[in-house]
Amino acid sequence: MSNPNTGTPLVELRDISIAFGGIKAVDHVSVDLYPGEVVGLLGHNGAGKSTLIKCLSGAYQKDAGQILINGHEVEIDDPRDARAHNIETIYQTLALADNLDAASNLFLGRELVNSFGFVDETRMEAETRKIMGRLNPNFQKFNVPVSALSGGQRQSVAIARAVYFNAKILIMDEPTAALGPHETQMVAELIQELKAQGLGIFLIEHDIHSVMKLCDRAVVMKNGQRVGCVNVGDVTDDDILGMIIMGKKPPQAY
Amino acid sequence: MSDTPHSPQTNSKTESAFGRFLRATEIDPRLLGMLGALLLIWVGFHAYGALVLGEGSFLTPRNLWNLSVQTASIGIMATGMVLVIITRNIDLSVGSIVGVVGMYAGLLQVEWLPPVLGLGHPAIWILAVVFGIALGAVIGALQGTLIAYLAIPSFIVTLGGLMLWRGMAFLASSGRTISPVDSTFALLGGGPYGAIGATGSWIVCALAAAGVIWMMIRGRAARKLHGFALRPIWAEYFVGGLSCGVIIIATLVVNAYPWPKGILKDYYAKLGQEVPEGAFIAHGFAYPVLIMALVVLAMTVLMTRTRFGRYVFAIGGNPEAAALSGINTRAMTVKIFMLMGALAGVAAVIASARLNSATNALGDLDELMVIAAAVVGGTSLAGGVGTIYGAIIGALVLVSLQTGMVLIGFGDGSYRKIVIGLALVLAVYLDIIYRKRIK
Repeated sequence: MSNPNTGTPLVELRDISIAFGGIKAVDHVSVDLYPGEVVGLLGHNGAGKSTLIKCLSGAYQKDAGQILINGHEVEIDDPRDARAHNIETIYQTLALADNLDAASNLFLGRELVNSFGFVDETRMEAETRKIMGRLNPNFQKFNVPVSALSGGQRQSVAIARAVYFNAKILIMDEPTAALGPHETQMVAELIQELKAQGLGIFLIEHDIHSVMKLCDRAVVMKNGQRVGCVNVGDVTDDDILGMIIMGKKPPQAY
Repeated sequence: MSDTPHSPQTNSKTESAFGRFLRATEIDPRLLGMLGALLLIWVGFHAYGALVLGEGSFLTPRNLWNLSVQTASIGIMATGMVLVIITRNIDLSVGSIVGVVGMYAGLLQVEWLPPVLGLGHPAIWILAVVFGIALGAVIGALQGTLIAYLAIPSFIVTLGGLMLWRGMAFLASSGRTISPVDSTFALLGGGPYGAIGATGSWIVCALAAAGVIWMMIRGRAARKLHGFALRPIWAEYFVGGLSCGVIIIATLVVNAYPWPKGILKDYYAKLGQEVPEGAFIAHGFAYPVLIMALVVLAMTVLMTRTRFGRYVFAIGGNPEAAALSGINTRAMTVKIFMLMGALAGVAAVIASARLNSATNALGDLDELMVIAAAVVGGTSLAGGVGTIYGAIIGALVLVSLQTGMVLIGFGDGSYRKIVIGLALVLAVYLDIIYRKRIK
């Protein structure tokens, strides 16, 4: 078996390494992502998934390796660089400022300004109402700090941020970890919708059922190294669990 | 809209009439609480004077005018301290920055420039002011750089600054007092000539009232454009009327405080006239108070209408999220401390002008009053929360306590310190209770 995709990948992480004080958190790992595809990143806690992905989102700087977007090598030194390449990240910790309302968080770092250069609060709220109306029609708490929102509501603010700014590459770090069943279903539907729009999505996920349901391919990491990659349709969940737990590569893997 | 970009949500079913009133007018209940406390202090001191001493001297034009001038330098610095504290930092060095800036600005206008430009040259005061603000900004930026890029805690950097800048202030003149300052410069500290008079005050009053009304109309138009809920029209009139009322009352008060006899005589002597019968020349708003008003306006716009202000709140709420959102949090820290330093420079100009001299003790212990003013005004030391108007009211509360104690005969420093210390702790405690209740 091999990668079913052909052509130029949307993102290619080539031979990425990063170490913290002598510990190799990510050790020569390569991953690619094609448009309209969901690639799961799997592994134990501490396997290096989040660290790898943070090199792409600009939160960390890789020690070695290359990042290619649409076949061109790019340098991503900070989150602003990542945003400039239409890479949006939904972090496990949600990365929301608790004391600000939904609109302020959605536009954080990219505020809408009027012709005088002042922040246009009403227009930002209007835009927020529009996008939230599409993603989560039940959402009504526009004028309270996000600390007053439920986990699912906070998550929808974080997702709205990625969607609003026309992400081409979306990184989701355990997007459903803090959510109830209904909200998890909502996120799943959203992922399908975004995929259909041609976005490439990296999904870091622990729940094997979500992986089987949502992902096209799955890359498994262990101790900072890549165990292998499988096409989710070709394997069983036991095969993937074997890769995660024992680092055992099934014959279908590549 | 208020400084913090949100207002507490309340349950409409169980709401009292007062709660509905607050929601309709969108008045921050904490603002009401602070104003109430301020009024209570004012009336309390006046009543004590009237009942015990036989003469209430607090709520007089003279005292209120002096109060406004005394609040200026603390108030100006408190607006900057709000930003510092919102971003989870502290600046202990502001009092010493006032000292060192006042001293060097004093040396510049008294000893360095006059030999070159000639005594009383009109450029001297301008150069001294610009130099003072710039020196404050440079000191602030230096401290901010150590905090942001070398990751030294702000408490330590500015504690070091507290001692270092005070020492520099002493060394600059070997402990001498530099006096008197340039005569135009001295007007910036207030006094009979350092105020704009009755006509000027009415012009300021009209401009301020027009500004309030214009902002309310624009805010309403913007909400209408996007189809958001509007405040009921009675609430608009109430808020507008109240704001304009406060501005008009303040103008009436400063215009009711006449020049003392000696100044009148001096003034008419210069005109070559006798003092006419029943001569009345009002002080009007003092220059330092107008400077404070401009600083408050600029800082409020900065905090509520600009990206910079957004980022200050975001960094205070979640520094990591702010950085991940592409905000350069280190550069922001440097800018915030630089702004704080520049405001300390402004305060130094006002304080040394008011004293008509630069001493190495100028601004001593101001840092504690400034921090207390910001905190009494509702700025949370946990970060992320604070308002500019709150800091000004906080400064007014503290300065009122200070002057009030003097007026009722407890002028000796120890009582004053006890009362201010208690007020600080009480104010923060009340704020904690309030925050718990709205959650």
